[in-house]
Amino acid sequence: MRKYTWRTGILEVGTILVAVLFLIPIYILVNLSFKAPGDQSSTFAFPEQPTFQNYIDAWGQGGLGNALINSAIVTGGIVLFTVIFAAAAAYPLSRLGARWSKFTYLVFLAGLLLPAQLALLPLYQTIRDLGLLGTLAGVIIVGVGASMPFSIFLYAGFMRALPAEYEEAAALDGAHAFRTFWSVVFPLVRPITGTIIILTAVANWNDFLTPLLYLSGSDQKTITVAIYGFVGQYGAQWNLIFAGIIISILPILIAYFFLQKYIVQGFAGGLKG
Amino acid sequence: MAIATAVRLNEAPKKRRRYRGFASSVWWFVLPALALYVFAVVYPSIRGSLFAFTDWDGVSPNPSWVGLDQFARILTDPNAVVAVRNTLLIAFAVTIIQNAIGLLIALAVNSQIKSRNVLRVIIFAPVVITSIAVGFLWQNLYSPGGGINQLLEAIGLGALQQNWLGDPDLAIWSIIFVVFWQFVGYSMVIFLAGLQGIPEEVLEAAAIDGAGPVRRFWSVVRPLLAPAITINVMLSLIGGLKLFDQVFVMTAGGPGGATNTISTLIYSNAFSLGRFGYASALAVVLSIFVAVASIIQYRLLALQER
Repeated sequence: MRKYTWRTGILEVGTILVAVLFLIPIYILVNLSFKAPGDQSSTFAFPEQPTFQNYIDAWGQGGLGNALINSAIVTGGIVLFTVIFAAAAAYPLSRLGARWSKFTYLVFLAGLLLPAQLALLPLYQTIRDLGLLGTLAGVIIVGVGASMPFSIFLYAGFMRALPAEYEEAAALDGAHAFRTFWSVVFPLVRPITGTIIILTAVANWNDFLTPLLYLSGSDQKTITVAIYGFVGQYGAQWNLIFAGIIISILPILIAYFFLQKYIVQGFAGGLKG
Repeated sequence: MAIATAVRLNEAPKKRRRYRGFASSVWWFVLPALALYVFAVVYPSIRGSLFAFTDWDGVSPNPSWVGLDQFARILTDPNAVVAVRNTLLIAFAVTIIQNAIGLLIALAVNSQIKSRNVLRVIIFAPVVITSIAVGFLWQNLYSPGGGINQLLEAIGLGALQQNWLGDPDLAIWSIIFVVFWQFVGYSMVIFLAGLQGIPEEVLEAAAIDGAGPVRRFWSVVRPLLAPAITINVMLSLIGGLKLFDQVFVMTAGGPGGATNTISTLIYSNAFSLGRFGYASALAVVLSIFVAVASIIQYRLLALQER
């Protein structure tokens, strides 16, 4: 049944055609980014004189280098604290059968139902009143808090499936709870930690609304906010804009092509819970 | 995300041993997560819900309580009616199109075709691209002299050229297509994970019993794929309900408010018009939609797994 027949051949050609249609927008994105400003040829035609100038200009005028660093700090900070805090919280919540721990777990899960839009305005106010507007710390705090429900849910599900014998052995050996968690439990949950790192990193690198609210107008911008401002400033210069867009998506695309096996597993696995 | 699955899979095992190892240190495990979560989600969500019953403008120190007035205003505001309609249209249309085509692609790249690995990588790539980059790219492609119209001209379908984002009736469908293009890879991957969990022997047994491809799909694959279908429907439905970035970038809700979603309307009311109370009421409506969608999904999943 699983042989390569002429039917499979037709299927292959059809699927490749679909993929080509999918790639056309990406082709145009790359193609236009190499065209000189005066090049009036069709969107599909190769550049008359391919140029890197758009990339140089976009990099220089858009402050993209700084923005990439800010995005890396924000994403890295959110991922780091999300993993540590979510794993720590999920551990007792998944191990204790007490009423308070079940209740606390449900409080975390309730967060999965709340759209960010509901918290948007009051949170903006609080961040402003605390003097955190325009700081990366503000975005990190908000990002970590918002990541808790999904990450704790994934960790708790994974930890429940772990046998408790290792921890009990560690406890008998005299390890206190923190030591048991850090040396025994945390290494054992490594697969789900990988999934959470990938999901949290992609979501926060690509996030636009949160940094737009908390960082726009300041000189601390993430890459999404920088690109948004850049397009506003250079409205019709698409060659320049597309070069800027490619610079902004290149880090994550490169990461994707190297890690695509794990990323796809992470997405599928994370969603299967 | 996959909330309902969440609750089910995490149901506590029946037999639970007593844990004494934590003693009094247990709060130190939970406290940092709880504090940040309450700060960033719980407390502002409660305050946001309360703002919906006031006329607060975001500045004045003493907003007054107006009861349900803001919600009544939604019903009489033509912009809000269009935004609610658009939000539901996007959510349902994206859910149907993205899942139907995502499933077809997953079936194709799960077959014996030789290029399957490359095709998976290509179809999934747009998922990792920032939504605002996707938005700007398609704004250009959709422009009157842009790539889509040039392509139609080139293949002899010049008569079909349109002002894709400028035509109020068409713009919302142009946006739906972009969301589909961006996220169909996501559906594909989840279906693929489900398909790979189906043992080959089951399909072979069905083939030996004389079931054709369609029959095999409907009677064998579809029921085994039920969890993947549920999760996919849930994700695209909730993602569609909350859609903001792509619309904000491509049309900013225009032309004339024709492509507003609840999310873009919340943003403009709060941050351009200073109507925090009204924006909060819209956010409460959005939350109700999301909650209803989640509860229905949870019920369906519970039924399926009985």
